[in-house]
Amino acid sequence: MSKLFPKSVNKLPLQILIFIGLTASIVAAGITYYATPKYSRVGYAPVQPVPFNHALHAGHLGMDCRYCHSNVEKSGHSNVPTAQTCMNCHNQIKTDSPLLAPVRESYASGNPVPWVKIHKAPDYVYFNHSVHVARGVSCVECHGKINEMEVVHHAKPLSMGWCLECHREPEKFVRDPKLVTNLDWKHPGGTAAQIEEGKKFVHDWNIQPPQSCSGCHR
Amino acid sequence: MRYAYLVLFFFLVTAISVLGFRGSTTTRPPLEIFPDMDHQAKYKPQAESAFFADKRTDRPSPAGSVAFGRTAIQSDGNFLAADDHMYRGTQADGTYARGFPSSITVDGKLLERGQLKYTIYCAPCHGAIGDGNGITKQYGMGATPTYHDERLRNIPEGDIYHTITAGKNNMLSYADKLEPADRWAVVAYVRALQRAQTGTVADVPSSHKSELGLK
Ligand code: HEC
Ligand code: HEC
Ligand code: HEC
Ligand code: HEC
Ligand code: HEC
Ligand code: HEC
Repeated sequence: MSKLFPKSVNKLPLQILIFIGLTASIVAAGITYYATPKYSRVGYAPVQPVPFNHALHAGHLGMDCRYCHSNVEKSGHSNVPTAQTCMNCHNQIKTDSPLLAPVRESYASGNPVPWVKIHKAPDYVYFNHSVHVARGVSCVECHGKINEMEVVHHAKPLSMGWCLECHREPEKFVRDPKLVTNLDWKHPGGTAAQIEEGKKFVHDWNIQPPQSCSGCHR
Repeated sequence: MRYAYLVLFFFLVTAISVLGFRGSTTTRPPLEIFPDMDHQAKYKPQAESAFFADKRTDRPSPAGSVAFGRTAIQSDGNFLAADDHMYRGTQADGTYARGFPSSITVDGKLLERGQLKYTIYCAPCHGAIGDGNGITKQYGMGATPTYHDERLRNIPEGDIYHTITAGKNNMLSYADKLEPADRWAVVAYVRALQRAQTGTVADVPSSHKSELGLK
């Protein structure tokens, strides 16, 4: 009877408990790390019908974002440009590039180029570009350094907690509205000066980003 | 027990190698774990429609529809864009009008607005000072003219307005990007650029002469 199990078995329940504890903490760590928009969305860079390059057009050529996203200051929706916007230049530059064939086809037929949407707020969220841009929230806070991206990727999580991080402390982010499309701009005086100037903007323009549910879920 | 740890380690390594790290670029669309009400049966701008044959949610305006002015309810000058000078840059006999429409006041504010819009929409080709040497010239846009020649200095404002609205030869229309009032602001700024190139010492107000080291 007494010889049925070896002595080491006495430690087994403890070892099993430790093992289960370890497994559970790894799973929990995995879920916090992976099951969030910081993982699931950030880095999404779909293959576009035309390999449009922001680093060339907005960075190197120095075009303003509003040349193409011309409604961003005026409406809630920031438009992806029409084919005519591209043809302004591409009727004379790279006129027979095969990469631009979908644009020429769209310009001739009037059917849109099927761009793949990257940033998407869920349909139950109300989001408005012009409010943010007019108040001096730069594109870079929500889209990252687009002017250095050859292919646009999702740079920020766009989750509710992330929106609120700024809505609670807008002074950390707001700048002179003239500088919103200058994605390389940082306050020359560093963080402290940014917060000081931000506080002034928040006070002068009475900036009150909504933190109540009905502000964004209307 | 050692095997159990080995198996766990193996699972960990495979999971990390399949899932990767935060922020790595991928062409796979984001996974929606609970897509509850993310996609509702409503149309959003520039979205795809399952109903219309051409799949466009933004419907093109039907042929023959008449453009309405912004404040169509009152019959003011904007009603049905009736003011020819303001909306087409022409005068009663159909030729291009000189000067600015009566509803536009040319002042510092208008010029600032014009400068902003000019820098965004015109400078890539026409250059910051209107000499036609914008960044696109070196990539093959040889046709962009300078504003600083006799003909363009003397054409009516209405003609410049019409070039912005309808385009001219190789230059396409900017009507979708600039509202009529903004187009006039740009026209005013183009005029200011032209004036700047012909300025002389006599144009500097005497109160500012010392700043420039002039007498
Ligand atoms: C020459 C025209 C042009 C300019 C200038 C331009 N864009 Fe774009 N942008 C596009 C086109 C076309 C797309 C769609 C294709 C793509 O995603 O690459 C796009 C896509 C985007 C997207 C992703 C849209 C989505 O589907 O979520 C963002 C964000 C964006 N642009 C921001 C910017 C910012 C910020 C600037 C200024 C630094 C800028 N763009 C300048 C043409 C332009
Ligand atoms: C202000 C002028 C301008 C506009 C507007 C413009 N582009 Fe370009 N594009 C250029 C220039 C300049 C180049 C570089 C040509 C070169 O490298 O010689 C270029 C290159 C490209 C190329 C690479 C072509 C090739 O064969 O290498 C693509 C693709 C492209 N553009 C797409 C677009 C799209 C899509 C749009 C509209 C959203 C657009 N461009 C709007 C100026 C413009
Ligand atoms: C406060 C955050 C914020 C700022 C600032 C911001 N965006 Fe966005 N942008 C978003 C969100 C959120 C979406 C997704 C909207 C949706 O799905 O309706 C988006 C979507 C877009 C799109 C894609 C629209 C579409 O339907 O394909 C473009 C293009 C874009 N933004 C350009 C810009 C530009 C250019 C600027 C700067 C002038 C800018 N954004 C500033 C948050 C922001
Ligand atoms: C970097 C800062 C910042 C981020 C990020 C940001 N916001 Fe805002 N938001 C602002 C500021 C500033 C205002 C302007 C408040 C004002 O004018 O009083 C604002 C205003 C708003 C408003 C009020 C608009 C109105 O018409 O009253 C809504 C709704 C909103 N934001 C939604 C969002 C959503 C949704 C997100 C996340 C996708 C987001 N915001 C991310 C700074 C931000
Ligand atoms: C600043 C704007 C903002 C405010 C204020 C806000 N939300 Fe949200 N909410 C969002 C955004 C953006 C999302 C979408 C998040 C995503 O897609 O990851 C969201 C998502 C949600 C979801 C769905 C989560 C899911 O993944 O299914 C719930 C529930 C929700 N919000 C409840 C609330 C409640 C309750 C409040 C008030 C206490 C509130 N929200 C205030 C912006 C906001
Ligand atoms: C994509 C490049 C491009 C942009 C951007 C552009 N233009 Fe032009 N523009 C041209 C070209 C090319 C011509 C010469 C047209 C021709 O072949 O006669 C021209 C010609 C002109 C002319 C002379 C017309 C005449 O009577 O001969 C004026 C005035 C003008 N542009 C004004 C503007 C204004 C104002 C803007 C900004 C809203 C603008 N352009 C933006 C390329 C451009």
